[in-house]
Amino acid sequence: MPDITANQFGSYVEFAGFIDDKPAFALSEGIVQTGDATITPHDGLLSASLSQDRKQLVTGGEDGKVMAIDGDGNTKLLAEPPQKWIDQIATGPMGLVSFASGRTAYVVNNDGTIKEFTHARSIEGLCFAPKGKRLAIARYNGVSLFWTGMDADPVELEWAGAHTRVTISPNGKFIVTTMQENALHGWRIDNAATGDGKHMRMTGYPAKVKSISWSAKGKWLASSGAEAAICWPFSAKDGPMGKSPKELGTRGNSMVTLVCCHPIKDVVAIGYADGMILAVKIDDASEAVLRKTGKAPISTMNWDQKGIRLAFGSEEGEAGVITL
Amino acid sequence: MKKPIPVTVLTGYLGSGKTTLLNRILSESHGKKYAVIVNEFGEIGIDNDLIVSSDEEIYEMNNGCVCCTVRGDLIRVISNLMKRRGRFDAILVETTGLADPAPVAQTFFMDEDVRQWAQLDAVVALVDAKHLMLRLNDAPEAEDQIAFADVVLLNKVDLVSDDERKNVEAAIRTINPHATVYPTERANIDLDHILDRGAFDLTRILENDPDFLKGSDHSPDHDHHDHHHDHDHTCTPDCDHHDHGHGENIHDTDITSVSLRGTMLNPDLFFPWINKITQIDGPDILRLKGIIAFEDDPDRYVIQGIHMIVEGDHQRPWHDDEKRESRLVFIGRNLNREKLERTFKACHA
Repeated sequence: MPDITANQFGSYVEFAGFIDDKPAFALSEGIVQTGDATITPHDGLLSASLSQDRKQLVTGGEDGKVMAIDGDGNTKLLAEPPQKWIDQIATGPMGLVSFASGRTAYVVNNDGTIKEFTHARSIEGLCFAPKGKRLAIARYNGVSLFWTGMDADPVELEWAGAHTRVTISPNGKFIVTTMQENALHGWRIDNAATGDGKHMRMTGYPAKVKSISWSAKGKWLASSGAEAAICWPFSAKDGPMGKSPKELGTRGNSMVTLVCCHPIKDVVAIGYADGMILAVKIDDASEAVLRKTGKAPISTMNWDQKGIRLAFGSEEGEAGVITL
Repeated sequence: MKKPIPVTVLTGYLGSGKTTLLNRILSESHGKKYAVIVNEFGEIGIDNDLIVSSDEEIYEMNNGCVCCTVRGDLIRVISNLMKRRGRFDAILVETTGLADPAPVAQTFFMDEDVRQWAQLDAVVALVDAKHLMLRLNDAPEAEDQIAFADVVLLNKVDLVSDDERKNVEAAIRTINPHATVYPTERANIDLDHILDRGAFDLTRILENDPDFLKGSDHSPDHDHHDHHHDHDHTCTPDCDHHDHGHGENIHDTDITSVSLRGTMLNPDLFFPWINKITQIDGPDILRLKGIIAFEDDPDRYVIQGIHMIVEGDHQRPWHDDEKRESRLVFIGRNLNREKLERTFKACHA
């Protein structure tokens, strides 16, 4: 067993990771612990995303605030739309931040200016394309791809049903959503604009998929929603179409609740409903136990930049840092 | 597994008094804390960090059934609320005046997460006694809300005459004979009457309607009515007498209830039947509930449904002094009474 530094907090752990290489934990009650600092940036914290340079954690709260927090616990208010829960946050290159509330998405540029994107339906999920020029919004019946720097109409990717999260592959070629039903749905971005984008249906899950993570170079997309991490191959031109996914870390008695791919190697950390954490090599499915069971489902995991430490948190406030 | 949080859904047409009632629930000392999900912040004049505004977002489920809809926004809000579940004892969902209650209710059965965390307790409809008859003629939503309700608050009764009130009550009974109806002024109701009802809880379903099996179709608050006026019979579509004297004033409702009664049923015939009926006629069935006596089964079987969703379970043993009877009530649009009666009859043991 690797070395674990364990914490017990008072509420659901929304984010466990590293801000500026310092272990950091953000709790749903609004408290953030980073390095030696403990602060309360929110009255109720709903969302958190590490900036791409890994120097700030951007958080959204029940108080309607969007905050940027550095590794020493210094905070900066980025935005505060009135009386809204901020339950969606995404970070992009060059300090870009996006957050959403109801039917409006906002992009905060690195100069602090804010641009609004309104949509006819509620915004369920957000992510930036790798270069930050486009913002993807998951919504009912598909995805809208906005240009962040222009007022042009978005490219609409349609697929019936509610799409709850969205992610774009590291090479920028594929866009994948989780759905209200037990499935993922994907499109190739290059032919999305023409409307003949090939659909990728990834189904067969026994439960809703709530966690997805791209492997370091984007060869694999790992997902929760089963008693194993389901990893779809994305190295071919048409992604996983016509191919079977790998099932890693299969257990007969506990669902996978969270997946988090290693930043360098093709390894996925898998968190389960009973609190167990495994690290599994995607190529040969070899497993290492990182944490035995705990009290509650794993709710968050993030690797440090070098992939040596893994921070985790659970729905009942258990948290820690595992050093390999 | 933790006990699911009870959820009360509050419906009512514009101006029926929902905000007044919410304000009362939030400001009175009743020892319970409520998280309240509303559509608009502004109207509630109480500062409470457990009031969440949410844009109504109806999602059709991808199973090809048009009536299988859920409220996507509720799934998100409830998921987030449950991360700090120690803060509240129960959840109230206020719907917009024009809302169809079905997607709200179905969310608590069709979404695996919400179902695990929260349990629908009851649907409460507020009705404006002064304006209901007009609404029933021009707004099908008002009719749906009554048909769907477990409890109806007939509000603003101080603004109508006794005759007008009797008329409105009869209209409510025509649409939904089994809801409990409370006349109120300024939504002034003992909160015990609307909260923690267990109307969808199979272990408690129909306990607020002790006469359900007896079939008198008297509402359980019958005595309560008597305090206000002399009214010895609550009329229902099942009534076979013709001199109610209020019929001519009741609007043309297309919502009816069909009440089926029988003796011992054969489960091998009943389950395929109820599944088929709800699959075929589900879009027209708003609510169904019943108590079933199966042959060679010592337990009462209870059943309830919304559109195509049906769930049932053994509830408790039949008492020795209880007559083993089956009773099933459908509330819906365009229900084919003859077909329901005939096919139900064929399920007998």
